[in-house]
Parts: sequence; structure tokens; C-alpha cells
Amino acid sequence: MEGFSQAFQTSLGLILAGDPYLVGIVALSLKISLAALAISALIGVPLGALLAMHRFWGRQIIVIATNALMGLPPVVVGLVVYLALSRSGPLGVLDLLYTPAAMILAQALLITPILVALTRQTLEPINDEYADLLRSFAVAGMRRVWVLIWDGRFGLLTALLAGFGRATAEVGAVIIVGGNINHVTRVMTTTIALETSRGNLSLAMALGVILLIIALAVNAVLSMVSQATRRGYA
Amino acid sequence: MLEDTAPILKARGLRYEVPDALLLSVPDLQIGAAGTTVILGPNGAGKSVLLRLLHGLVAPSSGICDWAKGVGPEAQAMVFQKPVLLRRSVAANIHFALARRGLDRAQRSELAAQHLSEAGLGARARQPARTLSGGQQQRLALARALARAPKVLLLDEPTASLDPGSTMEIEKMLVRAKAQGTKIIMVTHDIGQARRMADDVVFLFQGVLSCHQHAPAFFDAPATKAARAFLSGEIYQSEGLGA
Amino acid sequence: MRREWTILSLTLLAIVFAPMVRAQDRIILQSTTSTQNSGLLDAVLPAFTRATGYPVHVVAVGTGQALQNARNGDGDVVLVHARDLEEAFVAEGGGVERFDLMFNDFVIVGPGSDPAGIAGANSTAEALARIAANGARFTSRGDGSGTHRKELSLWPAAGVDVAPASGDWYRETGAGMGTTLNIAIEMEAYVLTDRGTWISFGRKNGHKVLFEGQKDLFNPYGIIAVNPARFPHVNAKGAEALISWLLGPDGQAAIAGYTLGGEQLFFPNAKARPE
Repeated sequence: MEGFSQAFQTSLGLILAGDPYLVGIVALSLKISLAALAISALIGVPLGALLAMHRFWGRQIIVIATNALMGLPPVVVGLVVYLALSRSGPLGVLDLLYTPAAMILAQALLITPILVALTRQTLEPINDEYADLLRSFAVAGMRRVWVLIWDGRFGLLTALLAGFGRATAEVGAVIIVGGNINHVTRVMTTTIALETSRGNLSLAMALGVILLIIALAVNAVLSMVSQATRRGYA
Repeated sequence: MLEDTAPILKARGLRYEVPDALLLSVPDLQIGAAGTTVILGPNGAGKSVLLRLLHGLVAPSSGICDWAKGVGPEAQAMVFQKPVLLRRSVAANIHFALARRGLDRAQRSELAAQHLSEAGLGARARQPARTLSGGQQQRLALARALARAPKVLLLDEPTASLDPGSTMEIEKMLVRAKAQGTKIIMVTHDIGQARRMADDVVFLFQGVLSCHQHAPAFFDAPATKAARAFLSGEIYQSEGLGA
Repeated sequence: MRREWTILSLTLLAIVFAPMVRAQDRIILQSTTSTQNSGLLDAVLPAFTRATGYPVHVVAVGTGQALQNARNGDGDVVLVHARDLEEAFVAEGGGVERFDLMFNDFVIVGPGSDPAGIAGANSTAEALARIAANGARFTSRGDGSGTHRKELSLWPAAGVDVAPASGDWYRETGAGMGTTLNIAIEMEAYVLTDRGTWISFGRKNGHKVLFEGQKDLFNPYGIIAVNPARFPHVNAKGAEALISWLLGPDGQAAIAGYTLGGEQLFFPNAKARPE
């Protein structure tokens, strides 16, 4: 049977050969996580900006709740979404269980609190610094949100990358709501779980290597972003 | 009080209070359209508070602040003591100010280039604004304010943290702006700067309007004890507000 | 600004959910990890899809969970291997009718050295009794699956009560067949597994089949359509098509024809259905 290094070599071979099973899984994983990221960003970033800009009754509660939700165990989110989307659940008529849409929903629920919290953390100091300036320029409402978002772009990019990382690394929620169906809802993490349980280590490891490469790429971009910070744009 | 035939600002009964203290009390103030008005006084006199009230950044606790038609806060621009530059390039900061003036792209380009060169920053257009030196940043902040083509330019101790060379450059830009018709209202605690720049002086002391005179009169014969003490370099304390 | 944001959001939602519109004709098959891990379904179902046009989405979980999912209406067809549970499912109205589909058998797998010496046992009960007597490690599914229920049913005949031994020589993994095999191999333990999963398992290390062939290790699979009367949205036509095909000559031949390493893993045994 294969030892670790044997499996590793075989896995590299699979990657370099562009094994179609692998390619399909990687493509689906990226599609799902990027879609979840986009939805979370559309909801989370403006929400975070609003929290950064306004003081209102209950704001502190929302901030604490959001920070707490960041630590949501993914498998719990999976369970909740499953119960909601199940045919015997409230949203059963939508027929979304065991589809990529259900996985996107679960991942979006997971990463939106992250984006809200990190957006607020990034934009609050900027908002405080710009308060008088923007007042003087009579910049308010959505225009003000846009100014903050653009000027906070590097911190926000970090938030997006953090959210993306969380989404791609997740397995508990997507396996429950997606069903790990071949060619339909099977992504990198769930395939690693499945192939490991089949004893097919080289395939599992190939996906593990790809996941690592993605994580490295994300970190490379992150460090380029912090270079930009030092160069005076953040 | 300094009466003017066509005041652009009439303030009456202006007061600004916080829970523990009365920070500003200006029963009557009129500012004319012509000449540079300098708001002078020692630190803690309430000069910044008055300027922010005039510009509409804060609301007074009581009293009114009446700008003439067309010269209210929407036609004004302000420069702060510490420059607040956007996390963008030098040029982008100017464009931010030009954006809402309803100009087309060519006009904006031309004006941006012009303002930058007048501030001596033409060569640094692409540089991140926040990497400029202190003096350069303040020049950019001033250029950005001027790019709004304001009727009134308010400045809050703009050169307090700058070296003499940068101070001179800022004052040159202000002189040019005044020549082009912009009304300047400037807060400073620097007597020399006030002498150089002022046409009329509003002297504040311990939160109260002490006196308001034409500049030559103020520097030769200040109307109040507090002003006299300030000009001669003495530290003066009074029992209550004002003198 | 608000308008652009709304347009962007709606476009995105449309992109995300559009593919779902087509999913109405799919058949959701709730099945077990053993049928999945053995590769049978991946090998057999594409022919059905080609013949009928229905895509089959296989959700592979333990038998207990598959039936529970079906009870929630989250499946159209159920394919599991726990006869009593299947019949109860139909009796309570969750399923339409249970049909024999195929069978294979269970085997006891263990470390090559066979520390408890079960290879020479004359009956399953004797083999298990030897494991217990030696205190040799045994990994159980522990998850309410068909395999688990079969395993639990075998201990009484050996005179062994496994409950007090849990955590000692009797280790319950609460996991699927493949994971349980991984754990058994790492722990040098014995384990009851269906033959199909064992043959297709990729990392046997030194473990091998040590005991097999007894009648009480027979492992029949049943297939059931989820009751459309209870869940109207169930793909009843698709379910009927799938079951007919699997029970019919094409499906049965495909099942028989699935081999791994030269060995046939499943044996079709559908009875002829009255037309």
C-alpha cells in the first residue's frame, strides 16, 4: 500500500495531468465559494459601513452579535440550513436542498458576519478621521459610504480574502446541505473527506495540495496588500 | 463691534456649551465681504469652536449664525490644522473636490493641473497623498479646498505645525486666493501671522469675543486689556469670562 | 448608487439560482455509504440516465439517515440494506413498496496476524466469541446503519454483551464504512464490513478477509419509492422509472456486470414484477 511520499508523488502527477475529475471539482468549488463571497459582500460590506458610520440604539448589541457569529461552527450552520430547506421544512417548496445554491447559501451565512465585522473594523477609523472633512464637503448617504469603501479598499480586500478562505476551507455545512453528489455538489473539501474514506489517498492529497496552493495564493495577495499599506494607501 | 455696509455673516447670541462648561459666547459678530478676517487669541480661547460653528460643522447650543445668500456652508471650504487627506493619490484628492462642480472631463483635468501647480505639487500628482511631507500635505489640503471654488475659505490654524518655509508657501497661496476674490477667515494664535495676513481681527479670550477691530487699529491700540496683554506677550488671566 | 447595487444583487442572484430551474426532473436517491464507496452507483446509473434522460443525484449517508431523510421528504427513492427498517418504513406510509434489488455478503476483516484466531472458526458466533474472549479490538459503525444493525444482531448468539465493552476493546466510530475501515486498520482491529466496500477500499495495508461465507452474513438490499401521497412534490414518475429500470433486465445486468479487480461485488436478485 502507498506510503505518504508515494501518495504525494501520485497526487502531483494527477494535478499536472489535469485529471478531469479533479478539474471539475476545483472549478465547482471556486464557483460556489466565489458566488457566496459575492453575495456576502453585497450584504456585509454596506452593513459594516453603516455600523461604522452611524451611532444608533442597539448598535452595540449588533456589533457584539456579529463578532460572536464569526465563530459560528460551520456544521451548525449546515444543520440549520438543512432544516430550513428540507422538504418538510419552511423553505422546502424552493427545492434547494442538495443543490449548489444550498451550499452557496450556507457559505454566505458563514462568511457574512466576517465581512460585516471586518468592514466595520476597517471603516470605523476612516470614518472617524474623515468626519469633519466629509461634513465640510457635504458628502452624505450612499456617496459617503462609497468614499469610505474606496478609501478602505485595502482593508476590505483583506476582509474579502478572509471570507473566501473561510468558505473554501469549509466542509461541515456544505456536506450536509449539498449531499456530496457526484458532479453536482461535490467540492474539494467534501471530496477529500470522501476519497479518504475510500482509502484513495493520492486523490485526496491532490486536492489537499490544490487547496494549499489556493491558500498560499490568497496569502500572497494579502501580503501584497500590506505592501500597499506601507506605501501610503491605507 | 465692527460694522460693515454689506456683512456676509451676522451672528447673534451664539453660545456653545458642553455638560461641564461654557466654551463660547459671542453675543454679536458681523463679518464683511472684503478683507481677510483673522480670528486671534491664546490657546483654549474658543477660536476653533467659533470657526466650526460658522462653517456648520457643529450646531450652537443657542443663538443664530446667519450667512448672506449664496455664501453659506455649501459655498465654503475649510482647511483643518492637521491635513486630512484621502487615501488616494495627490491628484485624486483634487479631483474629489472637482467632482461635484458639474464640469466635463477636460475642464476637470485642466483645473486639477492648475491647482496642483499653484500648490507646487505638479510633479507629485501620482504620489500617494499621505506620503507627502507635512508642509506638502497642507498645501494639498489647501489646494483641494480651493478647487471647490468656494466663496469663503475658512482655515483653522493651518500652519501651526509647519516650518517657516512651508508657512510662507501657504500664506502665498492665501494671498493669491484673496486676490481672486475668495473671502478668507483664518484662525491663528500666531501674532506675526496675524499681522501679515489680517485686514480685520476678531480677538477671542477665554471663550468670549473680546474685541473686533480693523487690523491697523487692533495692533496699534487694542480695545481690551486681554488683547493688550496678548499682544505684549503677557499671560493674562481674568476672574470670569472676557475682559 | 442604490439602484446600481440593486441591479448588481439581482443579477448575481439570478446567476446563482438559474441552474436550479432545470433541476426539477432530477431523481434524488438516498442510499448508503457502502453502495457509494463500492463504486456501484457511479458505474450503473449513467446508463439509466442515458436511457431515460433523468439525472440521478445520489446522497450517500448511513441507512438510518437515508430513511430519515426520506421521511422528511428529501428524497425520491431509497436504496438501503436493513430489511426490518425498510419494511417499517413502508408500513408507516413513508414508502410505496419494498422490492428486492441485489445482495452481497458481509465479511469480518482483521489484521493479517489474526490475533484472536477467528480464521478457523466454524460459525460467526464462534468468531465473535473469540474476539471478545481475547479482548481483541473491534471497530463498530455505531451509527444505526444497515451494517451496524447487522453487526449488533450477531453478538447475542456469541453470548457477548458489547455495551460494557464500549471504549475498551469495542470501539464505536459513529461513521461511514470507509472511515470505519480506516480506523480499524490504524487500530489493528477487527471489523464487520460488506464485501463490496472492502474490495474497492484503497488502503487495506495488512488487513484481509478472515471470516466469511456464513448464512447469517447475507446482506440483501431493498429499493423503495418515497410515497407521493405523503409528499406530492416527490418525483414519482422518475422514481418509478428508476426502480423499473434497476429491477428490469438492463439494471440487473449492469449490477451483475460491475466488477472490481475481477471480482463481482453485488448479485442482482429482483423478482419478476407483474406488468
